[in-house]
Amino acid sequence: MSTRSRLGVSLGVMVLAGCASPTVTETPNLGRVATLAEEAGWDVSIPPDGTGLPAGRGASAQGAVVYEQKCQNCHGEKGAGQPNDRLVGGHGTLASKGPVRTVGSYWPYATTVFDYVRRAMPYTQPHSLSDDEVYAVTAYLLHLNGIIGEADVMDALTLPNVKMPNRDNFILAYPTRPK
Amino acid sequence: MARPKRSSPALLDRRIFLRGGLAALGAIGGLAAGAPGTARAAGPPETPPWMQYPGAPFTTYGGPAKYESKVMRTLIRSQPGTTGSGASRTPLEMLEGTITPSGLHFERHHSGVPDIDPEQHRLLVHGMVKRPLIFTMDALMRYPMRSRIHFMECSGNSQLMYGATPPALRAGELHGLVSCSEWTGVPLRLLLEEAGADPAASWLLAEGADAAAMSRSVPMAKAMDDALIALFQNGERLRPENGYPVRLFLPGYEGNMSVKWLRRIKVTATPTMTKDETSRYTDLQADGKSLMFTYPMGVKSVITRPSPGLTMPGPGLYEVSGIAWTGSGTITKVEVSADGGQTWTETTLSTPVLPRTLTRFRIPWKWNGGSAIVKSRATDSTGEMQPTRDKLVAEHGTNVVFHYNAIQAWSIAGNGEVTNVYA
Repeated sequence: MSTRSRLGVSLGVMVLAGCASPTVTETPNLGRVATLAEEAGWDVSIPPDGTGLPAGRGASAQGAVVYEQKCQNCHGEKGAGQPNDRLVGGHGTLASKGPVRTVGSYWPYATTVFDYVRRAMPYTQPHSLSDDEVYAVTAYLLHLNGIIGEADVMDALTLPNVKMPNRDNFILAYPTRPK
Repeated sequence: MARPKRSSPALLDRRIFLRGGLAALGAIGGLAAGAPGTARAAGPPETPPWMQYPGAPFTTYGGPAKYESKVMRTLIRSQPGTTGSGASRTPLEMLEGTITPSGLHFERHHSGVPDIDPEQHRLLVHGMVKRPLIFTMDALMRYPMRSRIHFMECSGNSQLMYGATPPALRAGELHGLVSCSEWTGVPLRLLLEEAGADPAASWLLAEGADAAAMSRSVPMAKAMDDALIALFQNGERLRPENGYPVRLFLPGYEGNMSVKWLRRIKVTATPTMTKDETSRYTDLQADGKSLMFTYPMGVKSVITRPSPGLTMPGPGLYEVSGIAWTGSGTITKVEVSADGGQTWTETTLSTPVLPRTLTRFRIPWKWNGGSAIVKSRATDSTGEMQPTRDKLVAEHGTNVVFHYNAIQAWSIAGNGEVTNVYA
């Protein structure tokens, strides 16, 4: 396979193939090429533009049912928090002495809610919710925070278009730190 | 290096211990962790008991002396209802030198320590690549490796020091989310080049195989510079709580980006904006805005002896000892003050001084038995000097949670007790 030279691999064991030939770099090349199915099975990350969001849909009414069964024990009634993180409210508190960072007041991207719930929640049973359920819980949390309407359906097309209230209050410190 | 000025009261020339000038200064006091023992000394002319029978046999894996059983990590309470979502801290005040024993390396987990079978574990490198690749752990073990000594610090280290009053805690409880190891592994660059990463891709996503599938976006520039796919820590395979069987290691960057239990690298055009780089590890400023992607850990130091819990038994000559580190370059200077910061004296740095490692500093101090405030301040090769707490708070407020690196002050009372103060 000519991949190695084509890629111009620059680390590893240098092999000089004669004066006139360019330097060829050899590396172990012990990776097996992944199939599309293998990639798809593991690729759960969702960036802000929504690439990779799965089929399925949900709105806050279904989300409320899932939330009460799977989330409320840790996050309180209607996302009010206790014993674990509060998910709702806190708007207008970030510049105060007692900032309340919630999905509604702090999180800059709605896609992150879907990504995180699907990969890590419920805490004791991650990967147990269906995609429809994740969309629905996401819709429920966004609705409780006053960001979308009660009937708004979240899916691969609508979720990336949700503008989170705190999105423009993040200042990038990479590659250059401000000040 | 310029000859240090001997300006701070009773802080002695850092070379005094090398010149045999101790006799004139009197006895050297030791720092006791508690009251002196009352057991009868096995000194001369008695033959101590352990010389009167053969010692213990060999062991297959050694542990610390039984008399050192108090040297342990201190736990930060997990999230309610969970057992593995929290942290444990290195007992800095009980250690010397620069390498942290693997079993005392701090921990931060987002959903416990997974029990990963290395035979079944895989690393997938995919996304904007020509060939998505899957690596077994056996395959990774055949790659050329690099060994580097580096500190790792949690960006939330020292966060209690943002509080209105100084917490009455030990050095390790305040600042022990920093540790230092020799890390050995495969340069990530090698795997990215084998996969044929798209030169236009500026980012990658690193994802772990814990129950939180902890994930962070990493700049491609860092990945191609010095990122390691680490397999070994201090010469042995990674400990489970430090990412066994494989983790990412990003020298100098905030610890959570060095994703443990690594299972996936996805090459991307833009940051993925995961939970832990948006809602968690962002730095809320006083004006309500937040800094995002504050990667390198700032220049920082702390005196570990004397420090709270290590009561000074009486006036005399002591060695002030501590650690300094920076995520950007190398520590070039650590100064110590014994008068609350009015005057400073340069300390001796234990060599070799390496980039992005814990650097041990030491200086002799003749304590006269009066109350005193000792501080250390570090400077790195980029010219950055550790800020005062007032300066840090003025710039970033007290809601930040992360990246606290201000000068630490310890107050020493006439009875030798040491406490944490804002001074």
